[in-house]
Amino acid sequence: MMAALRTPRGLATVVILLVLAVLPLLTQAFDQRYLLSIGTRIVIWAIAAVSLNMILGYGGLVSFGHAVFFGIGGYAVGILDAHGVSSGWIQWPVGVAMAALWAALVGALSLRTRGVYFIMITLAFAQLLYYVGVGLEAYGADDGLNISRSRFAGLVDLRDKASFYWLCFALLAATLWFCSRFANARFGFVIRGAKSNDLRMTALGFPVFRYRLAAFTISGAFGGLAGILLANEGAYISPAMMSWVKSGDLIVIVVLGGMGTLFGPLFGTIAFFVLEESLPPVLNLVQKGWGEYWQIVFGPMLVLIALYARGGIDSLFGRRHG
Amino acid sequence: MDYLLLQVLNGVQLGLLMFLLAAGLTLTFCIMDLVNLAHGSLYMMGAYIAWTLIGWTDSFVIGAILALPATFLLGVVVEAVVMRRLYARDHLDQVLATFGLILFFNELVRVIWGPAGKSIAVPQFLSHTVEILPGLPYPAYRVAIIAVGAVVAALLAWLVARTRVGMLIRAGASNRRMIAALGINIELLFSLVFGLGAVFAALAGLMAAPLTSVKIGMGDDILILAFVIIVIGGIGSIKGAFVAAMVVGQIDIVGRAFLPDFLKTFMSSAAASSAAPAISQVLVYVVMAGVLIWRPTGLFGQRT
Repeated sequence: MMAALRTPRGLATVVILLVLAVLPLLTQAFDQRYLLSIGTRIVIWAIAAVSLNMILGYGGLVSFGHAVFFGIGGYAVGILDAHGVSSGWIQWPVGVAMAALWAALVGALSLRTRGVYFIMITLAFAQLLYYVGVGLEAYGADDGLNISRSRFAGLVDLRDKASFYWLCFALLAATLWFCSRFANARFGFVIRGAKSNDLRMTALGFPVFRYRLAAFTISGAFGGLAGILLANEGAYISPAMMSWVKSGDLIVIVVLGGMGTLFGPLFGTIAFFVLEESLPPVLNLVQKGWGEYWQIVFGPMLVLIALYARGGIDSLFGRRHG
Repeated sequence: MDYLLLQVLNGVQLGLLMFLLAAGLTLTFCIMDLVNLAHGSLYMMGAYIAWTLIGWTDSFVIGAILALPATFLLGVVVEAVVMRRLYARDHLDQVLATFGLILFFNELVRVIWGPAGKSIAVPQFLSHTVEILPGLPYPAYRVAIIAVGAVVAALLAWLVARTRVGMLIRAGASNRRMIAALGINIELLFSLVFGLGAVFAALAGLMAAPLTSVKIGMGDDILILAFVIIVIGGIGSIKGAFVAAMVVGQIDIVGRAFLPDFLKTFMSSAAASSAAPAISQVLVYVVMAGVLIWRPTGLFGQRT
């Protein structure tokens, strides 16, 4: 722990985690409730980004449909709620299991293909569920559905913003812990090895397809968890949760933060939300009214990141050792 | 029976528009090895530029014809400024950069043309109907789309199969480095192919405009459908893109037209008519999954 503080990377990570851990106290002290809601979304999106990083960053598999798991988790909560099942003890496991099941199904099909086919197939399967969501007239179709938050009787009240935030933060910490175990286990090394050379891994006797399928499924399950939280955060679900733009945003976040690094996705999520919240006011300072068009600056920034900043924010802290 | 024929024609028309979009996408992919998500933005820009030019010239045909070189120019500029730097990069960089371009173009349109959608009127001389069979009227404008689409598809097939440029394109698709080593100006070829793709996308966009509307993000959803088409057809195959576009066009239109009646047999009519478009979209993806299980590189893709 103390050793980690001596490197800039470790110091930054510890500071960020500490600030996140006490964020509800800070926002209360400075009376900035709006910041807590952004903070909650940052933590939830970070869970999704960490889960995408498992396959995109460590595995080198460009999955362009990760937001679909937002939708699966969200709709599991919403649909069960609409049928009177409001207990989180039922909703949450169902949501995670559904996301894992869908990931296993899509993975079994898409992992047979390579490169650009994989990108497009993951995208297409996400679109498939998106259109299913649009067609679900009983659950609000295009307009979405207001839901009531999951109930954990006596344990935690999700309507309380601070408790909900701390629950999300605890789950983010658990996700990060899992990811660090994943990355350093034999399982993770096979996935990382297959990224640089899957033929060699196959030749070494590893069933690469099965390893990748397992990683894809795990990643989907954590994505579903993020979806469950997202639905509870807004008490609202809609097909827009799984639109392909959201999948693109998740890829942006992972690359922005630093692919294949443990805390990169967290840095990326924070940077993404800070940019999204701060670009409009900054542009408004330059010329009143420009803030509305912030994406005209953000778009070219992505191009520049893709061209010149592959290591992401994590690489700003210097090269990793070991 | 007549109703079926009309829907099949609508499907052919949609398929041809999709083919124009997919052709550019598949060419840029197989020759430059580029995943271009921003191809849909060129479709949108084509429609918006055409809207402006039609307003200036007060003529659909002149405006549309002028919009084509304009988008060619836009395509060449985009290629020179951004795309050229991406050819040697991996697919993730390309996805990220072209995703950024989509955001840029959507916002640019909002700045220039405002947030409200625009509409392009069907040109006067095509606003009547023609009898394609005795007693069976069909909008002349849709006939014109089918005609133009078919001619352009034939031109493209001729260009790729029979001309010197087409020969270079095919050679570039099989081995880029080799044709550069043989002294061909490969940068010029890449610009040309990208510009050509932009023109096809713009043509599809401006022809579709009078049927739908010109709006921000109009290219994004249709782009994903174009991706599905080139995946079904096999990436890099013009023939595959054509076949798959026709299949997808039929599924989409015929599904929309006949699913409601079918669904009404076991659900309420309101639910049936709202579920049908979504189900026909879903069907497209189911077909894609089926094709990929059967042939992981698409119908006409190269086996690896």
